[in-house]
Amino acid sequence: MDDLDRRAAQALADIEGSASLDALDALRVGLLGKSGIVTAALKSLGALAPDERKARGAEVNRVKEQLADALAARKATLEQAELDRRLASETIDISLPGRDGERGGIHPITRALERIASIFARLGYQRADGPEIEDDWHNFEALNFPPHHPARAMHDTFYFGDGRLLRTHTSPVQVRSMQGRQPPIRIIAPGKVYRSDSDQTHSPMFHQIEGLLVDETSSFADLKGTLAEFVRAFFERDFEMRFRPSYFPFTEPSAEVDIRWETEDGQSRWLEVLGCGMVHPNVLKNCGIDPERYTGFAFGLGVERFAMLRYGVSDLRAFFENDLRFLKQFA
Amino acid sequence: MKFSENWLRHHVPTKASRDELSATLTAIGLEVEEVTALGDSLDGVIVARIVSAQKHPEADRLQVCEVDTGKGLVQIVCGAPNARTGLVAPLATVGATLPGGIAIKAARLRGVESSGMLCSARELGIDADASGLLELPADAPVGTPLADYLGLPDASIEIKLTPNRADCFSVRGIAFDVAAALGGEVRALDAAAVPAGSATTMDVALAAGPRVPRFAGRVIEGVDARVATPVWMAERLRRSGLRPISFLVDVTQYVMLELGQPMHAFDKDKLEGGVVVRPARAGESLKLLDGRSVELDADFLVVADSQAGNGARAVALGGIMGGADTRVTDVTRNVFLEAAHWIPSAIIGRSRRLGMHTDAGHRFERGVDPSLPPIAIEYATRLILEVAGGVAGPLLDVTLPGHLPEPQPIVLRRARLQRVLGLTVADTEVTRIFTALGMRVESLAEGWQVTAPSRRFDIEREEDLIEEVARIFGYEHIPTATPAGALALVAEPEARLGELAVREQLAARGYFEAVNLSFVPAELLARWGFDRDLVPLANPLSADLAVMRPSLLPGLIEALRHNRARQQDRVRLFELARVFAAGDPPVETPSLGIAACGSARAEQWGEPGRPFDFFDLKGELDALVAWGGETQRWSIHADGLPGWLHPGRGARVARDGATVGYLGALHPQLARALDLGPDVHVLELALEPLLARRLPHASAVARFPAVRRDIALDLPEAVAWSQIEQVVRATLGGLLREVRLFDRYSGKGVEAGRKSLAMGLILQDASRTLTDDDADRCVRDAVSALEKSCKARLRG
Repeated sequence: MDDLDRRAAQALADIEGSASLDALDALRVGLLGKSGIVTAALKSLGALAPDERKARGAEVNRVKEQLADALAARKATLEQAELDRRLASETIDISLPGRDGERGGIHPITRALERIASIFARLGYQRADGPEIEDDWHNFEALNFPPHHPARAMHDTFYFGDGRLLRTHTSPVQVRSMQGRQPPIRIIAPGKVYRSDSDQTHSPMFHQIEGLLVDETSSFADLKGTLAEFVRAFFERDFEMRFRPSYFPFTEPSAEVDIRWETEDGQSRWLEVLGCGMVHPNVLKNCGIDPERYTGFAFGLGVERFAMLRYGVSDLRAFFENDLRFLKQFA
Repeated sequence: MKFSENWLRHHVPTKASRDELSATLTAIGLEVEEVTALGDSLDGVIVARIVSAQKHPEADRLQVCEVDTGKGLVQIVCGAPNARTGLVAPLATVGATLPGGIAIKAARLRGVESSGMLCSARELGIDADASGLLELPADAPVGTPLADYLGLPDASIEIKLTPNRADCFSVRGIAFDVAAALGGEVRALDAAAVPAGSATTMDVALAAGPRVPRFAGRVIEGVDARVATPVWMAERLRRSGLRPISFLVDVTQYVMLELGQPMHAFDKDKLEGGVVVRPARAGESLKLLDGRSVELDADFLVVADSQAGNGARAVALGGIMGGADTRVTDVTRNVFLEAAHWIPSAIIGRSRRLGMHTDAGHRFERGVDPSLPPIAIEYATRLILEVAGGVAGPLLDVTLPGHLPEPQPIVLRRARLQRVLGLTVADTEVTRIFTALGMRVESLAEGWQVTAPSRRFDIEREEDLIEEVARIFGYEHIPTATPAGALALVAEPEARLGELAVREQLAARGYFEAVNLSFVPAELLARWGFDRDLVPLANPLSADLAVMRPSLLPGLIEALRHNRARQQDRVRLFELARVFAAGDPPVETPSLGIAACGSARAEQWGEPGRPFDFFDLKGELDALVAWGGETQRWSIHADGLPGWLHPGRGARVARDGATVGYLGALHPQLARALDLGPDVHVLELALEPLLARRLPHASAVARFPAVRRDIALDLPEAVAWSQIEQVVRATLGGLLREVRLFDRYSGKGVEAGRKSLAMGLILQDASRTLTDDDADRCVRDAVSALEKSCKARLRG
């Protein structure tokens, strides 16, 4: 009796002090195994008198449960410690850079161009295109620039030996889109255009977007409304805006559109951003559309100008240098 | 067009302020580019005369002047080099503040009292000239406020004219527009006929047909060519951007600026016989006013006299510039004035051919009012007689009947006006606008019949009238509306990728979009070996921008080199643009170009780096092709490579068997010539095949499991993977779902000239589960086929 209690007390101390799961298991076998002390105590019950056996049996079982609980508790503790150790050893430096996470980027001109085209797409304008090497008829004559017209002098034109030329504006796409087709027409024509002019503020190649709407009801008021909405949508803000009378052979009345632009030093000035007008009846006629039944408006804008204003680019030439340090700012 | 504000106000009196006037000009289409205020604060500045000028006792560069102010003499110390006794010059008196902010006080300069400051034009803010004191005419009234004497303050206003508004190349032309917009009236011009005081005349013959339908002139005898140009005239010229030269020349310039009619004054005594207007003869040369000689041909027109035979000597280049030999000089006594009408097509481009630009030529190119020549002659005659004296002969006005344009009446329909502008303008306002613009208006039931004055030859049709109403009524008063017209919805083809999708994919994979100019230097193309079907420009800006690019790659590689030279070792660039080839019409092919170099992956900590290679680039091609969903239509080939590719590390790409592009390493020789290494790889593909995309059509997902069998083969080095893949496919047919290459090895353990490939065959039957026997049979069949056709040996 005294002996079992004493050994049990010793065993509990051993369990508490065991340092590994293996040592704990060895203890378990020594205590509860076939030749363990508890088993031996249970076996010795048979030699006792029945009334004594009962009391003694209850006593042994109490010790057995006590030991089993202690073993289980210690096992859980040791297992948790083991897990903690493993997890600690598996810890990584999560601040190391990830793999292959870099990105390239779309050119700011494309970015501005796509933004503009998508605004008009939502208004039902369909994309159209034409050749960059144009003939005189599409680039000039059909657009009401007769030969020797002084307005041709406004376009410094690149020519080829056969008389063809590099389109000086995206307006010939108007002609190509109207030919062989009847209104309603809403098109948007982005693309490269060329003028033989090169300095800080002119590139011999640049990008324009031409818009054209022809239907039975359109008016100059519609043109004003459309462009005001467009400018607001593109810049996501309201501007003071003015439409100034101007001259393009293929529209009449014609206008240039200025917005009141605030510079970083707090000054503001008028900045020309668009040219536009009501499609000239001669142009409609040249494309086989009845100018009495249909009216329309057209507008053109320089994509570089919009990209410069939108993204704070101050030097036009940066767009064509393809310097990664510039391009990465638009990733 | 630059002009003096006061000059304009003289012709159209208005109460509008300078700012309002400027805003109005812009609002009616005469865009103001610059307004330069002149002589704004000249209180206390007077006309004064230097009575004596002595050297300053203490300073070499200074003089001590006694100056007459009209109210007495003051002493002024002055450093201007042209200060001298007798000079009349502006004096800023004590208490005045000059436009630059200098306050004039009594001072001692090197010990000498100075009670004011004699001024240069720049100090007064009326001209840029700071070389010395502003020299005023000797008869300028001493003591008068300078501003009164010079007609200040004033402003130089510069406007940008659109090509249709040739009439506004004159102060009076602008005045009519201002009157219409601001509600004033244009003052009548005093160009009454000057009665002839003599019968001296000049024979004028028109021999250039309809190109010169009118020539007006007049002889004025006994003029004083040395007379000074009146201050008011000189100032108006100066403020309009012209330097006064001599009175007779200044008059012609003055009339041109005021009326818009270019004129010329000949020294009549240097002309022989009459004058004739005729086409120049081929090879004919003429010494011009500016001193240079030009060689002409029949495209040019000249005024000629009979000095070298009847009409043989050219004395002026028609519509552009007078000749040197017959010009007016200080000693000219008798003048022949000329004002002719040269039609635009006879003048356009001629100045440019000679590399010159004149005010006359510029005006005639755009068109001048054909009614002006006799008016200009009368007006100029009066000015000359008033200032330089002389006796005028009769007015000469020779015309080609039937060839002077006559303004035609045009009908403007009220309904059309409303339709085009989107608003209703009151009838009275429409009539007022046309009348103010100098047009004749008659009311009709449906609108108006309008006849423009001859100076508005740009008004030819109804739309021109609508534009006039719109711009004078004011674009800002036209409402804004939303188009309410019918809208045709166009179906976007789903079986075609957008270009933006390609751009976005490449950007997501680390590539940056480049935009290069479409022109490239011929020399660069030669280096790459592009020599066929080139499309060169006839008038390139420079040799560097001479040929339309036949490929995106030379430009992309130049961009890559630009970046390499700027510490960017790892470059990934792409471009979407057209390439050009000769043809009728020339062929424009939208293309995709890629250039890459440097390490395969961005420098990182976990894995060893390696240079970019062919298969990295091929991976990009695979990823692009995969998007279209029809990889089986694409193939790559080792033959038929262009010279700029490495012959062993380049590939030709085909779709449905037709070549659509190339990829690979740059040819080492080209790379070396461009100072690049072996890691530089390029790809160029026609864009359209890449954008073609399969519209998906779903089929049932296989219900039976797939089986995988791995085999390792030993093959000759020369056998291409595509060949093996093809043999396996052909042998196993429908049972083969995929063949995956997972290892490639050559070296120790493999015979020289051979390689070891390990591949997994993934087998699947749509109708049943394959057994081990089925799979083993497949492997045996595949191996035996490879043994036969590819000299393969099964390994271990």
